Amino acid sequence: MEPAALAIDVEGLTKRFDDKVVVDRFGLQVPRGQIYGFLGPNGSGKTTTIRMLCGLLTPDGGSGTCLGFDILRESASIKRQVGYMTQRFSLYEDLSIAENLEFVGRVYGMADRRRRVDAALGQLGLEKRRGQLAGTLSGGWKQRLALAACLLHDPKLLLLDEPTAGVDPGARREFWEHLHELAHGGMTVLVSKHYMDEAERCHALAYIAYGKLLASGTAQEVVAGANLSTWAIEGEGLAAAAAQLRAAPGADMVVPFGARIHVSGTDAAALAASVARATAPPGLKATPIEPGLEDVFIHLMRSAPEPVSAARQAPG
Amino acid sequence: MAVVAAEASPFTRSLVRSLEASGYFRVVAQPASEAAAESLMAQGEVQFVLHLPAGFSRSLARGERPVVLVEADASDPAATGNALASLQALNLSALDRDLAGPLAHLRASAPAFELRVHRRYNPEGITAYNIVPGLMGVVLTMTMVMMTALAMTRERERGTMENLLATPVRPFEVMAGKIVPYILIGYVQVVVILVAAKLLFRVPMVGSLALLSAILVLFIAANLAVGFTFSTLARNQLQAMQMTFFFFLPSMLLSGFMFPFRGMPGWAQVVGEFLPLTHFLRIVRGILLKGNGWTDIAFEVAALAAFLLAAGAVALTRYRETLD
Repeated sequence: MEPAALAIDVEGLTKRFDDKVVVDRFGLQVPRGQIYGFLGPNGSGKTTTIRMLCGLLTPDGGSGTCLGFDILRESASIKRQVGYMTQRFSLYEDLSIAENLEFVGRVYGMADRRRRVDAALGQLGLEKRRGQLAGTLSGGWKQRLALAACLLHDPKLLLLDEPTAGVDPGARREFWEHLHELAHGGMTVLVSKHYMDEAERCHALAYIAYGKLLASGTAQEVVAGANLSTWAIEGEGLAAAAAQLRAAPGADMVVPFGARIHVSGTDAAALAASVARATAPPGLKATPIEPGLEDVFIHLMRSAPEPVSAARQAPG
Repeated sequence: MAVVAAEASPFTRSLVRSLEASGYFRVVAQPASEAAAESLMAQGEVQFVLHLPAGFSRSLARGERPVVLVEADASDPAATGNALASLQALNLSALDRDLAGPLAHLRASAPAFELRVHRRYNPEGITAYNIVPGLMGVVLTMTMVMMTALAMTRERERGTMENLLATPVRPFEVMAGKIVPYILIGYVQVVVILVAAKLLFRVPMVGSLALLSAILVLFIAANLAVGFTFSTLARNQLQAMQMTFFFFLPSMLLSGFMFPFRGMPGWAQVVGEFLPLTHFLRIVRGILLKGNGWTDIAFEVAALAAFLLAAGAVALTRYRETLD
């Protein structure tokens, strides 16, 4: 892939806070026009990485470009073309909806500010509530407003930090539809989140834990790269079987999923044997299944403290 | 104290020395002319001027009770009151040792010379004349420093700072944006205080209000820059508040607002010289009470400007464009 087609191209990004390494030699290539999911557990360094990409934090090591601009030296140019939506609502709660948008418009020095603000309000369906204080909006509306504010200056790259946290499923679906429309229009979107259920909605994924990139690629590539086999077990006496499996060889993890448990491991033969032993009592049924992203990610996270080379199996 | 002596004789020297011995006076200048003495007092370089007339010794010896004039800068009555009171006692005994031999008869009788005191700028010694203009500086210091200190830390606490930093605004633009509205608020406060000073306290306004308002921009901006610096240091609004008071209390105590500046110990005066309020108090009192013009206050204005530059530079270098 030629470099110009990459919206984000970074290598070896490292960030330390005091002595703690928060992001460790992080590399990522995101092609233009994609929705790229950025997954990882809480405190894994997602927000720190995003902040480094848009110039809010200075990396302690590494280099790269964002929209073709150097992230170390040209953060001013990056800021003009990037829309960054923070994890926490960061517009002014004591300004009205329209005032917030106006403010963003002024800060970016837009010539046709009024038209853009009106258009954004129209798209949000908030023309009638333009005078309402932003602080009085519900979580879902705040998120929509924040997104509209990020999009006001027509960014080429959208960085969204956990945009759907605390938003109901209906609004979330709408939100994703909107993102896909934008990506279709050529915008690149990097979305961080820790809900796995949304991972499939992205074109490609990157998984980060403890500051290290553990896997990246499409959902299928990530799953295939983990080389994991998984069994689903259901029936009577699940708790006992789960306890037995936790100690059994080959079963690297046992995760309850409602009325079922998922047992996964990288050693397929040992796992099959252990599962057969554990499901010997009547009433239990084991079926081999395709491992889900969640299984893969939990597996990756558990093996993360191991050397990066061992965990980083997925094609980049 | 400045001494304008039209003659130098044992009598005048004894008189000056006895004044210095009282502890209230220290001769810092011996201006050649009345005009020079006048400007020293207007600039606040000296608080008293002692005028010894020509032919002092001769008329003293003749028992004519010559007149010695002491001019006092009474714009701060508290600063001059005690010193003036001590003068009267000195008057009786200052020349006792010199009045020997044939002049001894002058000793016991009524004072050998007459002492006249002119209280300049505030002849009635009304403390409000001194306090009300000073209050303007104190109120501005507190509100201006606090408002900017809180304004920026508030952005950080609310999380809006992150959004602001992600936009292409420059540090100077943020600082200007935070400071300019408060300059206007500062002016509203000034107008309220000046109207009250005029109507309620009848404070004389001798000097040019235009000059005063020009300098106010400088003073308000200096305080706002301090506030902005605090806001770059403080992590939350409470810390910003504490820093404000850490700045405000010395300002109030050491600037000459609470206590006469010259009455303070040397170290306190040194600290005081670094506070913008100190210089502003001299300017505002100078303009309102003494009718100071531009040249009289040039040094104080320069000090304010230097403070503003220093505080502004610190604020801008401390301001981070990143969240590091």
